Amino acid sequence: MTSAVIAARVQFAFTIMFHYLFPILTIGLGVLIGVLKSVEFFGGRRAYGHAARFWARIFAITFGAGVITGIPMEFQFGTNWARFSHFAGPVVGQTLFMEGVFAFFAESSFLGVFLLGEGRVRPVVHWLSALMVGCGAVLSGYFIVATNAWMQHPVGYRIVGGRAELTSLWALLTNPYLLWQYPHVVAGSIVTGSMVMAGVGAYYLLSKRDEDFGRLSVRVGVIGGLLFSLTSLFPTGAFHAERVSRLQPAKTAAMEGLFETQRGAPMAISGMPDTDAKRLLDPVLIPNALSYLLHGTASAPVTGLNDIPPDQQPPVELVFYAYHIMVGLGTIFIALFVLSALALWRGTLFTSRALLWALMLAMPLPYIANEAGWVVAEVGRQPWVVYGLLRTTAATSANVSGGMTIFTLLGFMGLYLLVGALYTLVFLRIVFQGPNAATTESHD
Amino acid sequence: MVHTIWFVVLSAMLTGYAVLDGFDIGVGALHLLVGRNREERAHLIRTIGPVWNGNEVWLIAAAGAMVVAFPSVYAASFSGFYLTVMLVLWLLILRGLSLEFRHQIDNALWRDAWDVVFSGSSVLLALLFGVAFANVLRGVPLDAQGAFQGSFALMLNPFALLGGVLGVVTLAQHGASWLALKTTGDLRDRARRCQRRLWGVTTATIAATVAASFVVRPDFTRNFLAAPWLSILPALAIACVAGLRLWMGHDDRRAFLASAGVVATLIGSAAAGLYPKLLPALPGSAHPGLDIYNAASPDGSLRIALGIYLVGMGIVVTYLWRIYRLWWIRAAAAP
Repeated sequence: MTSAVIAARVQFAFTIMFHYLFPILTIGLGVLIGVLKSVEFFGGRRAYGHAARFWARIFAITFGAGVITGIPMEFQFGTNWARFSHFAGPVVGQTLFMEGVFAFFAESSFLGVFLLGEGRVRPVVHWLSALMVGCGAVLSGYFIVATNAWMQHPVGYRIVGGRAELTSLWALLTNPYLLWQYPHVVAGSIVTGSMVMAGVGAYYLLSKRDEDFGRLSVRVGVIGGLLFSLTSLFPTGAFHAERVSRLQPAKTAAMEGLFETQRGAPMAISGMPDTDAKRLLDPVLIPNALSYLLHGTASAPVTGLNDIPPDQQPPVELVFYAYHIMVGLGTIFIALFVLSALALWRGTLFTSRALLWALMLAMPLPYIANEAGWVVAEVGRQPWVVYGLLRTTAATSANVSGGMTIFTLLGFMGLYLLVGALYTLVFLRIVFQGPNAATTESHD
Repeated sequence: MVHTIWFVVLSAMLTGYAVLDGFDIGVGALHLLVGRNREERAHLIRTIGPVWNGNEVWLIAAAGAMVVAFPSVYAASFSGFYLTVMLVLWLLILRGLSLEFRHQIDNALWRDAWDVVFSGSSVLLALLFGVAFANVLRGVPLDAQGAFQGSFALMLNPFALLGGVLGVVTLAQHGASWLALKTTGDLRDRARRCQRRLWGVTTATIAATVAASFVVRPDFTRNFLAAPWLSILPALAIACVAGLRLWMGHDDRRAFLASAGVVATLIGSAAAGLYPKLLPALPGSAHPGLDIYNAASPDGSLRIALGIYLVGMGIVVTYLWRIYRLWWIRAAAAP
């Protein structure tokens, strides 16, 4: 692999992973703010509207950071992946274009109305604009995941003159790979929003300030977190894993660290893949579990890495660890939210310092879990950029050298360090000022 | 037929971006000149506050249109103009940061710093967009595969630098027209003064660029001679330039529309002259130049995408129009 390809891959990975930190919160918070506003609008509960106003401030800076780190992504297909754009443009261009036209316009325009329009527009319009922003975020996720799904499992196309042509828009939008991938992504996102909401609420309760708001945020966060951490596992995670095992056996073998093709394949709870010795070191295994979970019966065979040609295998270690980090954290989320929900039901959550501390400290974890999941998806797809059709090494821009890319990668790293520092600074300021602080200057 | 439609669609999307985010950029370019203190500068930013984010989406949508309809041009131009595109991205990031974060902290140094970042990034964006516009007209050295590598020497040729100046003065004039419309009192007077002073410079630069474009692109008159009705675009451009002069200072609304018209008809005229080329080849290139036929997606994909575009933009225009009308109130100057 040339340095140009490595540099292009590292730049894309860095920019997308940094960008993604923001949409997972905006999609999650967007849905939750929609819920808060609906409770206010239909149930007349003013406290929920007051809470929505605080969370809208967090939403606004997160959305802003998401936009400025997101624009480079669409341009990067052209700058560094010209051969991919040339090959796949007629197909993936459709969903990328739809994302701009159907989702971005709605999100950006209605966000202005939502943030600045309270009092200037009728309450129903303000509520609707909150919904439109939430819908825009969810829709935007749909189109970009549809783009990714096509790269993982090309459908609705044919090859004409060495490039892909779209034969069915419907097939592209209803890609079977997308069916569980997208809900899984959304569930992971809402878990993030819920954890942040619950964690910030827990901070206020532990600090014995703004306790009404703290209780409301913890309540909404815990309920959302419970629902969607369970949903991330079942049905979305389980069924998506099953689909991946059928459509991308190499990815599944790497994820699970399975070297030997076998019936009654075990599931590794933990271990360290040794690709030289072709085995899992220090494995903790559940016998038959993998065959059972993927195919419903312990006697079903699961393909191991040894039966997949080495030039069609992804990097095993990274995929294995990323997958296990995601699942491990997901399990922790379920445990935490189940315990918190039980305590909430029994009326003891708001005085349980242990649970409140756990909710607060757990806030960074969904970010790690979501990113780890995407590492599985993208690194697990290697060596393909379009599965089975185009290799990553054949997809970069032929006229962009590794040196140019490393220069721009360093530029992005510097800029994003600034973005990250500023975002964190302002986020903490909003939280420390609290939900009752008048904004120093509203966003206009 | 569908290729021509897509050429028009792409030109329209880029024009939409230039007219809308153009005034955001223009406001930024004039930020430190029209706003003399922190409160005034806050007020200037408030005039674009609700709309700048939506305006920027037009760039993303235009890029998306290029990916789906003319992927070879998208691939060639973005990878060929690599460093310029990256600079534009970084400037967009800095401008976005300044607009999103300036008001978040009530500290004098913080706000002063972001005012400078906002203004500096806006001026450089106007410059680079003008440079890009000129380089597309002039053409690039395409190799047999339809790719090129743009060095600084290539990109900053004299015609492109003239284009850069054109970008700065035209968008600054446009920004001044927006501010004259959206402010009152001292701010409006200063905006109108900028508008008046920029008009002469902008008109002269437009004339110089048009003259130079015939040197750089000798076949520019071809389309206008073959289809004389296209001349309505440059004619409208002249009318808008005159209209702006006529209305500035007392009818701010018409003046702004005229300024928007100047931006739109400049791009429209260039597009009309360029058609059907998208990225011409400099003399001596191995490639005849990327046009709407050899750079396009297959027909079927073009048709599907066109359907998406009509439905999508139909919906967008309906609500964007109403949202703009919501903000169409003259902001009172802060006490």
